[in-house]
Amino acid sequence: MIVTKLRIGDANTMMAEGGIQAADKPNDSPAIHYLDAFGGGHFAAKPELLRKLVTNAPEAIQWLNKLGVEFDKEPDGTMITTHGGGTSRKRMHAAKDYSGAEIMRTLRDEVLNRGIPVIDFTAAVEIILDENGRASGAVLMNMETKELLVARAKTVVIATGGAGRLHYQGFPTSNHYGATADGLVLGYRVGAKLLYADTLQYHPTGAAYPEQIFGALVTEKVRSLGAKLVNIDGDVFMHPLETRDVTAASIIRECSERGKGIETDQGTAVWLDTPMIEYKNGEGTIEKRIPAMMRMFGKYGIDIRKEPILVYPTLHYQNGGLDITDDGMTGVENLYAAGEVVGGIHGRNRLMGNSLLDVIVFGRNAGINAAAKAKETAIPTSLTLKHIDTFNEELETTDSASGKASPMLLPSYARRK
Amino acid sequence: MENMVNVYLFGKKYQVPAGLTIMTAMEYAGYDLVRGCGCRNGFCGACATIYRIKDKQELHACLACQTEVQEGMYIATLPFFPLVKQVYNIEKIKPTEQIMMQLYPEIYCCIGCNACTKACTQELNVMQYIAYAQRGEYEKCAEESFDCVMCGVCSSRCPAGISHPQVAMLARRLNGKYIAPECGHLADRVNEVNEGKFTSLIEDLMQKPIEELKELYNNREIEK
Repeated sequence: MIVTKLRIGDANTMMAEGGIQAADKPNDSPAIHYLDAFGGGHFAAKPELLRKLVTNAPEAIQWLNKLGVEFDKEPDGTMITTHGGGTSRKRMHAAKDYSGAEIMRTLRDEVLNRGIPVIDFTAAVEIILDENGRASGAVLMNMETKELLVARAKTVVIATGGAGRLHYQGFPTSNHYGATADGLVLGYRVGAKLLYADTLQYHPTGAAYPEQIFGALVTEKVRSLGAKLVNIDGDVFMHPLETRDVTAASIIRECSERGKGIETDQGTAVWLDTPMIEYKNGEGTIEKRIPAMMRMFGKYGIDIRKEPILVYPTLHYQNGGLDITDDGMTGVENLYAAGEVVGGIHGRNRLMGNSLLDVIVFGRNAGINAAAKAKETAIPTSLTLKHIDTFNEELETTDSASGKASPMLLPSYARRK
Repeated sequence: MENMVNVYLFGKKYQVPAGLTIMTAMEYAGYDLVRGCGCRNGFCGACATIYRIKDKQELHACLACQTEVQEGMYIATLPFFPLVKQVYNIEKIKPTEQIMMQLYPEIYCCIGCNACTKACTQELNVMQYIAYAQRGEYEKCAEESFDCVMCGVCSSRCPAGISHPQVAMLARRLNGKYIAPECGHLADRVNEVNEGKFTSLIEDLMQKPIEELKELYNNREIEK
């Protein structure tokens, strides 16, 4: 059974434009992919998780392709692959710039074909344990009626995604409306460990203008197709294929201490020279390869084929999260986690195209292992929320109680007069 | 004072700053959104919305997160539309003309009114992709429908009761799985992985000290 806070498929995955990495070309190998990702993550990834990610990548692509996902291909079937920041081989597979949407809508269609029950508009608000401290279900809340329900389960997989909608440090975000760190809270309160929870990824290129799309993602594919970041003088100020964290930091430096940013209504920004793409690759490249970007800016009268765009870093990805072993289980028995809610696969920074890969590889992995474990687990009988009482007592004794309910579930954007 | 415009949310009048999207205008008016709000970036189709400008005839459809408010806009959101999705086994069906006839026979009742195309929030040529589906031209249907966010506004306007986004979904899966050329290097690589060709290479890397890995990383060859 799938329980989801909004509609099935509503997730950051839907908005992943750039692509999915897999070392499937003859000049590439999973070992090279490993080194790229390990270095790009500042040598902090858990090696056994990263091994699984890169080794299972080609099969993940094959699995998706066999379900009908339309990857960009040459007429002879060769995958069209490009670089992303930090890659040493062109291994970014895409479905135009709707890569995540194309994957998600196909998987959603398959879930419905297989008759898997989906409970939508229902959030998990607490993990339930049994008398042996094993995860045994969750307290659910209907998002519209606020009705509380109990789901009893032999195994539980948390796949609640990221945290951009918490707007850490006041940054804008490219994230989905529901990205409010629910899984970190749920997991932590039952004693699951967090890894690298301090490492948030600022995507270097969030839209800085116009205001209507402030913070929205400008896919890294724009840079991988050849558009360069330039300052107010039209000068390039960094190596074009740096990793995301280094790129974001150089943009912030350009706009702050160097004073070479461009003033906008929301602050400062740098140029992303999109017309360069067509100079380099020929007319029509933008419409063919990044139609969603052309559409997003076109709506506000900006033709990105003719005019450069303004960008500034946006809160994009939670590198850290729940600590898992390579079977997908957290430290709490029968509690699994997969996707952005997990920490440690990428280390302290994630490369473009490794998160779509992560959700597929570790989503399948968690599902397969949770299903196997469920077969050898009896239906839990004595359910308890005693751990929440303990947690609340600890909050009191350490004087850490904030009075705020968590998980937050949705950000509060309504204006209050 | 900001430049304000009058909008009518479900018929009720609110003054909101010009330049907001319909979605942010609703939030400015005080709505806590649960339905009708998803990625807020134009990819997920959760915020399908219909509107009419005061005293004008034409009915418009859009995504609330992507559309700027205008003076005199009468707005109704369409957070859910009951599309018909047929269940099938992707492994068992084939990309023949018959499969559309079996699963979505109503597409042959299209009367050519083009209301679907006029309503599309993504400016797709919806009637054209349905025509391709009728003829079993799934590759063309897939290409023409590729940017579909499955918001369902097209279907809300269809006198023949067609669920266009689901027809297109089937066409894209048929195309992706059966019609698009197979990828040779992918199959080869999966076999190599299964034969364990890379196992020791990766294990070697896993055992190396960080300093050595840094050396390897900083001096790795980068494909042009």
